[in-house]
Amino acid sequence: MPEPILQVSGLHKWFGALHVLQGIDFSVAAGERVAIIGGSGSGKSTFLRCLNFMEMPTSGRIALDGTPLGRVSAGKPDTVRYPEGELCRVRERVGMVFQQFNLFPHMTVLENAMEGLVTVKRMKKAEARERALRELDKVGLGGKTDVYSGRLSGGQQQRVAIARALAMEPEILLFDEPTSSLDPELVGEVLRVIRQLAEEGRTMLLVTHELGFAYHFATKVIFLADGVFHEVGTPDEVLKHPRQERTRAFLERFTEFSF
Amino acid sequence: MTYQWDFSPILARWPMLLDGLFNTVKIAAVAIVLGVLVGLVLALLRLSPRRFLRLPASVFVEFYRNTPPIVHFFWFFYALPVVLNISLDPLVAAVLALSTQSGAFYAEVFRGGIRSIERGQWEGARALGMSHAQLMRRIVLPQAATRMFAPFVERSFELIKTTALASTLAYGELLYRAMMVNSETFRPLEVYTAVALLYLVLLVSCSALARVAEARLTAYR
Ligand SMILES: Nc1ncnc2c1ncn2[C@@H]1O[C@H](COP(=O)(O)OP(=O)(O)O)[C@@H](O)[C@H]1O
Ligand SMILES: [Mg+2]
Repeated sequence: MPEPILQVSGLHKWFGALHVLQGIDFSVAAGERVAIIGGSGSGKSTFLRCLNFMEMPTSGRIALDGTPLGRVSAGKPDTVRYPEGELCRVRERVGMVFQQFNLFPHMTVLENAMEGLVTVKRMKKAEARERALRELDKVGLGGKTDVYSGRLSGGQQQRVAIARALAMEPEILLFDEPTSSLDPELVGEVLRVIRQLAEEGRTMLLVTHELGFAYHFATKVIFLADGVFHEVGTPDEVLKHPRQERTRAFLERFTEFSF
Repeated sequence: MTYQWDFSPILARWPMLLDGLFNTVKIAAVAIVLGVLVGLVLALLRLSPRRFLRLPASVFVEFYRNTPPIVHFFWFFYALPVVLNISLDPLVAAVLALSTQSGAFYAEVFRGGIRSIERGQWEGARALGMSHAQLMRRIVLPQAATRMFAPFVERSFELIKTTALASTLAYGELLYRAMMVNSETFRPLEVYTAVALLYLVLLVSCSALARVAEARLTAYR
């Protein structure tokens, strides 16, 4: 078993009185691809968003390459403080693709893909441009570089968002339901890009309702329910031969309409 | 009785009025630039998660919202010099009054614009590893600018009109010059009609410029 890149221990997340994540221990090693499934509102997004600190964990620790993130002050061992600079460095290494794309509408496709390189990595424009073009080519949008992102279809926007994240050369990529806001006919072009990334051996976490895709994509599947990892295993174990009653009930709802 | 319009005494003093118009533009331009700076600082303070930064900025804004502009002019011209034991010339006092009060109003314009930027934009920027300052500069402010534009122009027009209050400090802007011309010619109808037209031309030109700028700013939509 290779050393984990990212390690989560005792992760809890509360939103006010709502206990969304109730103690999660988890780790990802290089090359692993994890699919996270579960009912709506079960905390899948919250879990993913804690990993790059879009949400702050209420308690628990997250470690990158074995180094726990954040600082614990002497008097209060339970409260972890996260300096901005450290969060920025973590987010450079842990990229994210959102359900709603979140492209920057005041920039062209190329500028979107260059933005992190120029502003965060302080790369020279010419070099950033070259790398951004390479990633845009990879997602099949090398011909749309000078278009404002708002003029693209949802599928194209999501592929630009993937290129924007890839350009940063993250060690881990997080996908939060990347195809859920797309028209059905546009889902395929985005899933194809993600499959291609899988073939390159990238480390990825994917929250999805596309169970068929998850089955072929993932090296590990997690069923999240009641704020904990209810069932964890290979795609075959969790999706084809679930041991937990709860997992079975969840999967049945997806097969209701398969014929 | 029909009034005999006669603009010739005013035309004879045309350079005086033009100089006044120039001073009005000057004071307005300086106050807009300084007001924008004051407004930006206030807006960022008011958006800060820290209460000790938010509070003074809110007090500042509320003060200016709830007191008449002319009081600010008098305060800077007559009161501040007593406090600091200095003397301010009318131009400086007027610029201070105008830029602080417009700063307070600009702050609300900026804050509204910044808060109107969707959460997804902040998150998209943060997820790339941007610091708060970077995401403000690169992502939030450029988009907020387009939304703030119309209320910003509105406020700036208010400011240009408020420069007339500087006449109460005997600063030689357009209205003060008009009062001088009037006292020499005893032709209030012609003088103040001419002045109204000058303000009108000034503001109409400004709004034409504003429309061009707005078209540029929102080209991406
Ligand atoms: N910022 C927030 N404030 C309050 N409640 C939230 C917030 N984000 C998510 N929640 C709640 O937490 C629960 C889990 O949400 P989420 O992680 O988005 O679920 P999922 O992605 O599995 O659908 C939901 O009940 C949701 O309403
Ligand atoms: Mg979700």
